[in-house]
Amino acid sequence: MSGHSNYVPKTGFERWLDARLPVARLAYDSLIDFPTPKNLNYWYTFGGILALCLGIQLATGIVLAMHYVPHVDHAFASIERIMRDVNYGWLVRYMHSNGASMFFIAVYAHMFRGLYYGSYKAPRELLWILGCVIYLLMMATAFMGYVLPWGQMSFHGAVVITNLFGALPIIGESITTWLWGGFAVDNATLNRFFSLHYLMPFMIAGVVILHIWALHVTGNNNPTGVQVQSKADTVPFHPYYTVKDGFAIAVFMLMFAAFVFFNPNALGHPDNYIPANPLVTPAHIVPEWYFLPFYAILRAVPDKLMGVLLMFGAIAVLFILPWLDTSRVRSLRYRPTTRMYFFIFVVACFVLGFCGGRLPDEHVIPGLKTFQLLDADLNSMVWLSRFATAYYFAYFLIVLPVMGLSETPLDQPKSISEPILSPSAALPAGAAASPEKRG
Amino acid sequence: MLRKGLAIAALGLALVGGPALAAGSQKEPRTVAWSFSGPFGKFDRAQLQRGFKVYREVCAACHSMNLMSFRNLGQKGGPFYDPKYPNPNDNPYVKTIAKDFEVSDIDPETGDVIKRPATPADRFPNPYPNEAAARAGNGGALPPDFSTLSKARKGGADYVYSLMTGYGTPPAGLEVPSGQYYNPYMLGDVSAFWKGEGYAPKGGFIAMPPQLTPDKVSFDDDTKSTISQQAKDVAAFMAWASEPKLEERKAFGVGAMIYLTILSGLLYVSYRRIWRNVAH
Repeated sequence: MSGHSNYVPKTGFERWLDARLPVARLAYDSLIDFPTPKNLNYWYTFGGILALCLGIQLATGIVLAMHYVPHVDHAFASIERIMRDVNYGWLVRYMHSNGASMFFIAVYAHMFRGLYYGSYKAPRELLWILGCVIYLLMMATAFMGYVLPWGQMSFHGAVVITNLFGALPIIGESITTWLWGGFAVDNATLNRFFSLHYLMPFMIAGVVILHIWALHVTGNNNPTGVQVQSKADTVPFHPYYTVKDGFAIAVFMLMFAAFVFFNPNALGHPDNYIPANPLVTPAHIVPEWYFLPFYAILRAVPDKLMGVLLMFGAIAVLFILPWLDTSRVRSLRYRPTTRMYFFIFVVACFVLGFCGGRLPDEHVIPGLKTFQLLDADLNSMVWLSRFATAYYFAYFLIVLPVMGLSETPLDQPKSISEPILSPSAALPAGAAASPEKRG
Repeated sequence: MLRKGLAIAALGLALVGGPALAAGSQKEPRTVAWSFSGPFGKFDRAQLQRGFKVYREVCAACHSMNLMSFRNLGQKGGPFYDPKYPNPNDNPYVKTIAKDFEVSDIDPETGDVIKRPATPADRFPNPYPNEAAARAGNGGALPPDFSTLSKARKGGADYVYSLMTGYGTPPAGLEVPSGQYYNPYMLGDVSAFWKGEGYAPKGGFIAMPPQLTPDKVSFDDDTKSTISQQAKDVAAFMAWASEPKLEERKAFGVGAMIYLTILSGLLYVSYRRIWRNVAH
């Protein structure tokens, strides 16, 4: 972007506005004329999808708040009233509850893409960190939102998660009391969770603006990881990426709609349709699917405090990632060994998610009894999650720092345009192609 | 050192073993071909009416349905919906059903608590005045409310059907406590009561005795009133009560999917067209 603007006000009003508050110029520069690398693939459409997800959650959430009653005696019934008696209330509520899951599907795709193409590396460190802040806020918002229907999983999930803070020495008890607004999860807790659940999306929106601002300073990364060098490497955002993102959004919406209309409760837990009862604990308390990897990390450690620290560490490590990866090459396309480790990392994340939804004692291979290792059978979910947790951290703390120094990367293209054009087009056959460019 | 080790082991056991000990087992429910499953599914109106009759004559003696009003029976998608009465409060059939129930009210003249016949706007009356009375009447167990029960159980209507038809002679070697009944589809853990060989059977104990018997409910259409039929019908009714807007939702969804498919197609064509001269 670098401060250059191609905006030309066309009407008298636009000239008048541009001299006073150049919002039209801002919109033109960042949404229409913004030069974008021309080789972005579909993994790069999740940013647009996420913007839409946030918009949907805000719009449906504001309508839900008009009908929802944040009180332990009325919350559950008020949600059901929305679904039964409010016009299209079922649509608004199911869009909101499934929308949270869609938001996380998109954010995980967005993050894996950033990890693969090295979008966290200089000069995009702050862009990445702002993204991590958004992710953290999303997790807090989603957790508090899940408490609001005041079903069995809402209540007992809130008890489990808020109690985690109690594991912290000295300040732990004060934090839980402060979170609860009392000495147990109760009406005060529900009230403050509702208040914060309404506040946090706007904080997310604020950080999203910073995220996009940072993006427009550094420009998009791209699958080659090579910086934009000339105008030949880019296309204007509109219409090239508005139409590509638009297509991806429409396909994403198809999946979203399949859940909302035909399987609205598939991603939830049936126990949350039982009104909260502090005296009856559900047989198996599980968080929503998007928290399962972290839940598995928490349970992998036999010590509560260490488990909590490791769980938060799994997110904290993302914040320092730009300085853990020592390689000067951004895209894993040109780092074949690290790429292999990356794919194992993706598998480890899915394994953690799988373990988080199972009982720790459950056998991974059914019926096979191996031997007792410390506190559990080796063929158990808890040991599987320990291996996956170890790999999760090793990827960031060992693989990335070491591989950056030891791996010899493949040759990168000189520019974004180079690998696009066929070799014959780039270098006329046998001609006096500058030999220094041959790699 | 030993004490610390023991403490860590105990914590580990609490973290790792706790949920496993509390969790039970149950048999996977049998699947029924419901009219309302699938993207084009609709409730079978006659089945909902039969199911309501089973609920009213059998289940309602103990199970409340606090979120349901009589008017719901006559709303679009409900068992007694009649297009002649878009406002279900006007539906004569619903009015007649409501009139058969008595609800508490306050006499506006005297302020006394009185009983009056229900109107379509009233909620289904609760069979018990409070939870303590409900427990006292059922050997300490609380009959769960039916309003959302179908979606509050894994398996939904399949589960309700399987549970209602799943009673039988308990397997030899299982000591069933008095006042309890063994049901393989009930979530529970019967291992403490298992004296037989091998693993304890799946399932749990339920305080509700088997409720359905052949011809217990006489259906107004000529459907044969078997246990299986009654169970199917009441499960369908409960599925409707949990998701009364299911038909509206699915019909809307079919339209939405068609719209989004066309939109995706158009956007894809536009994408190819706009990008056709850009090497990428």
